Amino acid sequence: MVRSASLSAGSAILGPWPSHSILLFRIDLGGGVVDWFPTLMRQTVAALLLTSLGAFADDPGAMAIRNARIVTVSGPVIAKGTVVIRKGLIEAVGDGITVPPDAWIVEGDGLTVYPGLIDSLTTVGIPSLATAAAPAGGRGAAATPAVTPTDTAAAVTRSMGPEDRPRTTSWALAADEIVATDRRIATVRGAGITTTATFPMRGIFGGQGAIVDLLSDEKPAKMVVASPIGQYAAMTGGGRGGGGGGGAGFPGTTMGVISYIRQIYLDLDHYQAVKAAYARDPRGMPRPEYDRALEGIAASKRLLLPANRLVEVDRMLRFAAELKQNTVLYGGLEAYRPEVAELLKKYNTPLLVSLKFPVRVADSDPDEPGTLRALEQRDKAPSAPAALEKAGAKFALYSDGIEQPRDFQRAVKKAIDAGLSKEAALRALTLSPAEIYGVADRTGSIEKGKIANLVVTKGDLFDDATTVQMIIVDGRKYEPEPVPATGAGGRGGRGGN
Amino acid sequence: MRIQCMALITCLLAGAPVYAQTYVIRNGTIMTVAKGTFVGSVVVKDGKILEAGPNVTAPVGATVIDATGAFVTPGIIDCHSHIAIENVNEGSVAVSSMVDVRDVINPEDIAIYRAMAGGVTTANILHGSANPIGGQTLVLKMRWGADAHGLIFEGAVPGIKFALGENPKRAGNPAGGLGANAATTARYPATRMGVEDVIREAFNDAKAYKSDWDAYDAAVAKGEHPIPPRKDLRLEPLKEVLEGKRYVHVHSYLADEILMILRIADDYGFKVRTLQHVLEGYKVAKEIADHDAGASTFSDWYDYKEEVRDAIPYNAAIMQKKGVVVSLNSDDPELMRHLNSEAGKAMKYGGLTADEALAMVTLNPAKQLGIDKQVGSIETGKDADLVVYDKFPLSDYARVQKVLIDGKLYFDRDKEIAGQEAKTAEMMKLIEKEKAAAARPAAGGGRGQVNP
Repeated sequence: MVRSASLSAGSAILGPWPSHSILLFRIDLGGGVVDWFPTLMRQTVAALLLTSLGAFADDPGAMAIRNARIVTVSGPVIAKGTVVIRKGLIEAVGDGITVPPDAWIVEGDGLTVYPGLIDSLTTVGIPSLATAAAPAGGRGAAATPAVTPTDTAAAVTRSMGPEDRPRTTSWALAADEIVATDRRIATVRGAGITTTATFPMRGIFGGQGAIVDLLSDEKPAKMVVASPIGQYAAMTGGGRGGGGGGGAGFPGTTMGVISYIRQIYLDLDHYQAVKAAYARDPRGMPRPEYDRALEGIAASKRLLLPANRLVEVDRMLRFAAELKQNTVLYGGLEAYRPEVAELLKKYNTPLLVSLKFPVRVADSDPDEPGTLRALEQRDKAPSAPAALEKAGAKFALYSDGIEQPRDFQRAVKKAIDAGLSKEAALRALTLSPAEIYGVADRTGSIEKGKIANLVVTKGDLFDDATTVQMIIVDGRKYEPEPVPATGAGGRGGRGGN
Repeated sequence: MRIQCMALITCLLAGAPVYAQTYVIRNGTIMTVAKGTFVGSVVVKDGKILEAGPNVTAPVGATVIDATGAFVTPGIIDCHSHIAIENVNEGSVAVSSMVDVRDVINPEDIAIYRAMAGGVTTANILHGSANPIGGQTLVLKMRWGADAHGLIFEGAVPGIKFALGENPKRAGNPAGGLGANAATTARYPATRMGVEDVIREAFNDAKAYKSDWDAYDAAVAKGEHPIPPRKDLRLEPLKEVLEGKRYVHVHSYLADEILMILRIADDYGFKVRTLQHVLEGYKVAKEIADHDAGASTFSDWYDYKEEVRDAIPYNAAIMQKKGVVVSLNSDDPELMRHLNSEAGKAMKYGGLTADEALAMVTLNPAKQLGIDKQVGSIETGKDADLVVYDKFPLSDYARVQKVLIDGKLYFDRDKEIAGQEAKTAEMMKLIEKEKAAAARPAAGGGRGQVNP
């Protein structure tokens, strides 16, 4: 068992019910130490447990974090309180809660408990999409979209029009593709992310996303919180829109993609009308063809459309209104411009703001600073969340491919330094995304009965000096991965003497 | 004449926001294009031209623009432009009529401001010429600062771009510059006869599509409830062409292909609204006039590719004299900024009068686009789209001083020059700020992009 190493190191793993977890008897956090058995007995009992896990699979164990500062998000901050977790759910929260006699206790003095963070747009959980972590239409502007078997097939037979359903896998379910072995799960969890809105980001219509709890060593079936939660769409054409030939075929441009999406929604209307007529009276009527692309669109609760610049926000909101489709925008590069918030409010549409704020490309020509607009974007993009907060527009934040916890924390800090309140930053990573995806009834805040997704820190969550102590997902405890010695986002001058 | 300057001063101090006021452009040489040229004034109210003449009654409270020694013309109309949109060619298929440049309007394209500062107030924004039947097109006003829909010329008939000759067949030609990828990416057609075939096939489809919908509409009219045919965005605009609801703008050069497209139009019962480029139009001017097609051409551009060997600078004048409505266009964001001097070339080559030449970038393109009731000349009731030049506008030396669109002052050279310093300073400030941030260690940034 992998976990035996952490056992001997004296750290805690909790969550007795699933078969893969191990009970642990010494909880050491923030200085507080609770011994449950005399030291001599530990190894014996641990060995016993390792050999008889099955017997404990249904153990209704409980855990309590007491005397901690609790930031519930949905309600006021509890200066010194207790959270009780049982069977993966929050059993009780408040100041003056009696710790159940069967609960393991974590002494929370000096610690803060937050709801687990939700990354509102990512591919974490689908390892094959790891290289294309940046959404095609998003800030990262990945030059090469992920190649999937579907894409390869499409490239061989070039799309000649909307009827070929180019780069469409609208029927695909992220929930069917989730695996706990994605190396990114443990990494991003270190930033306090317990939950993701994971989408199959491929092509134009990638498929249906799912809300996923970031468990390791677990069956995918246990990880899916909600599915489907919406359809991921990108606006990038297949290239070669210009004078030349077809390249990857139709559509090669944004206007081509827009016309394709418009056509597919018209086709859906027609498809449903024909299917309904056939269902009423099939005799003598040619059988309508089954169209999985349209079935996928029909099942979409909401459509995720990319919009970075103000022009794109305006364009996509008008387009969504034309399609009569419930929509969520993602990107938000220019959301610092007041018109963006006004438009979002006018169309009552939320925006997912990328945390990958633009920076000047390294080694770029110092004499070519770019346009005033590009300079303004690099200067002001981090203030976009603050602008949305002040204007009262609905928004959430997403990692846009940022993986290392330190980079993630820094990006959020950047937005806070640019005027975003800490409360709003936290909400944009917890309750707001839960509301946007319609799962606020079960996650996104610390409330009785919600899923026990928590992050426990020493210090304020997004402060530079803060350390994440433990992450609780579905009631199961994890620790952050050790920071790689020469991490991509590591501070300069590390090591030395 | 009572003059009040307060409003003007307020406007200049307030800076950016443009709003309709009452203006009197006073004591200039007014080139109306339609009603002669005279020294006098133009009164602008509620976005329209209220009055133009040697003597006008200035409304109380009107802002005066002193045009003494200056020239006032209608706003320039460019019948062929690709600015203000983010894509030009959906070149992946031979018939891309399902795409519409309306969907990718970019009101923040700086070319809009630059064109407007060159006197252009309206432009026909076209899809490119990568395919025999290209995308849908529309007419925009250069209302810099408006959002995408705020640029759209209300009431103008939408169009579609067709293209003949070398460009649409290049994509199908293995030797057409596609290199090693030619085998997998080439698409039909590869020849000029293929171009004709594609257009005819598309209209065969469109006719069948139209008859399906006509049958459906007839059934509905009889009170039946049939399932409607599938709406096909590729054929929908061609159906509109057949119904006369959408203008056809045809990229064309050679006399033979011009006659070819006119024959197709006759065969299928639609009209070619304009022939674009049409550099051999002078050879078939009578046929163009008989079809009632407009011709939108270049002034004196020639020999820049195979199919323009026979181009002559007299083309515009010859076609005009044969009864064709002729305009001069830019097809280029730079050329767009001095279409006035392009028009001037028609005076040198072909001996047109100043009015006739100026009409080729104002009233004639307005006629071609079906918007001559609203714009194209200085006449009472038309949109107040006006340009003030410091010198005779058909000269290279003329510079635009002021531009009004819908009666709003969108460009003022003095204000522009005065504002340039502040803009440069703002830019320098941001550059310095970025440099300072880069100099600090561990300035935060997104992963995947290295900090400078």
